[in-house]
Amino acid sequence: MSAETWAIARFTVLMASLATLLVLPPAIAVGWVLARRQFPGKALLETLVSLPLVLPPVASGLLLLWFFGRRSPVGQALDAAGVEIIFTWKAVVIAMAVISFPLVARSVRAGIEQVDRRYEQIAATLGAGTFRILRTITLPLAAKGIAAGAVLGFSRALGEFGATIMIAGAIPGQTRTLAVGIYTLVEIGREDEAWVLVAVSALLAFGAIYLSNYLLDRKGAV
Amino acid sequence: MIALSIDITLTQDTFTLEVRESAAVEVLGLFGPSGSGKTTLLEAIAGIRTPDRGEIRVGERTLFSSAQRIDLPARERHIGYVPQDSLLFPNLDVTGNIRYGAGRAGGEFGSLVTILDLQALLDRRVPMLSGGEKQRVAIARALMTRPSILLLDEPLAGVDRERREVILPYILRIRQELHVPLLYVTHDRQELDTIADRVLLLGGGVDQSR
Repeated sequence: MSAETWAIARFTVLMASLATLLVLPPAIAVGWVLARRQFPGKALLETLVSLPLVLPPVASGLLLLWFFGRRSPVGQALDAAGVEIIFTWKAVVIAMAVISFPLVARSVRAGIEQVDRRYEQIAATLGAGTFRILRTITLPLAAKGIAAGAVLGFSRALGEFGATIMIAGAIPGQTRTLAVGIYTLVEIGREDEAWVLVAVSALLAFGAIYLSNYLLDRKGAV
Repeated sequence: MIALSIDITLTQDTFTLEVRESAAVEVLGLFGPSGSGKTTLLEAIAGIRTPDRGEIRVGERTLFSSAQRIDLPARERHIGYVPQDSLLFPNLDVTGNIRYGAGRAGGEFGSLVTILDLQALLDRRVPMLSGGEKQRVAIARALMTRPSILLLDEPLAGVDRERREVILPYILRIRQELHVPLLYVTHDRQELDTIADRVLLLGGGVDQSR
């Protein structure tokens, strides 16, 4: 494996890890709200959360490009603060995070729904408030679902292409991930090198899915 | 001794529970066949289930009153509730379970461990406990919050007949040494004779409605 391939693989794994860490807190919050709360507009939130799952990633990418671009208030504020996002590694993380968010949130929700609510009710009779119950009872008992969701989100982030190429591009050594690398190498006729990246991607994907299944199958784990 | 006043209507899928009871009690037995709403009544007192209307008072405190629009959340009620299946937190060991509710009032861990004979169990994980041991741990966990009343839902149901004598004395000790008023649910007349100084009868299932 050439030094360049190795660098791309390392960069992709690092970006996907950062994206997973970034996504977990909001995904846990949204997963808990969807599993445990009733409120008007819940169906709307459910739809919004799942949207990046069905929307073409390229479309999500274009939306992100507008959102962080100079024509949006957010982009202008970032520009004024001297923060560059588009076509940097930060854009790679954001693209990966946005695309994997629905998978993680749905997994967390399923994990929390499997926790017997009566444990939470008993904790309340013992004087615990909502946040303490979440921290000490609900999340530990849903840990398997949350871990599986994190691995699933990480796997999805590894393969992210559409949104990444829109807002991060394919700058060698700066924003080029495995998926984007395969595409650009084929484009410029270096197909042999593309195949190496395909092999690395397949290996990583295999490992991640294997880990996710292992976490879900493990018996008696809390 | 605590003044207990319950006057509620609570509709469930299969029946309507109507209870009127007002008494000063040390141990109030709650007796009735399966499906007569015994557990539902305990859950209403503990703040897990909301009655359609009525009032629940324990001691000086109004826990629920539809007329005054009072419905204290479970965590502010100071009610100890031990469900039939104990519901110990499976992610914590025995000590973690007992101490869970200690933050608020700080009951006496040492004396509860002695009274309920839990020394040998403190480091155990929940799945390693027998039905009777789980009940004792759950009772200690509830008592750590210094509740104004302890609700026990058929504490002997998950225990073998021969071993019932082993847990009953603990419940009697709680009554004698800690002076915590008890509301004790069972469908076994014999148990009540041993324990309760007053008995509230709940009718059978559907007959109870209206």
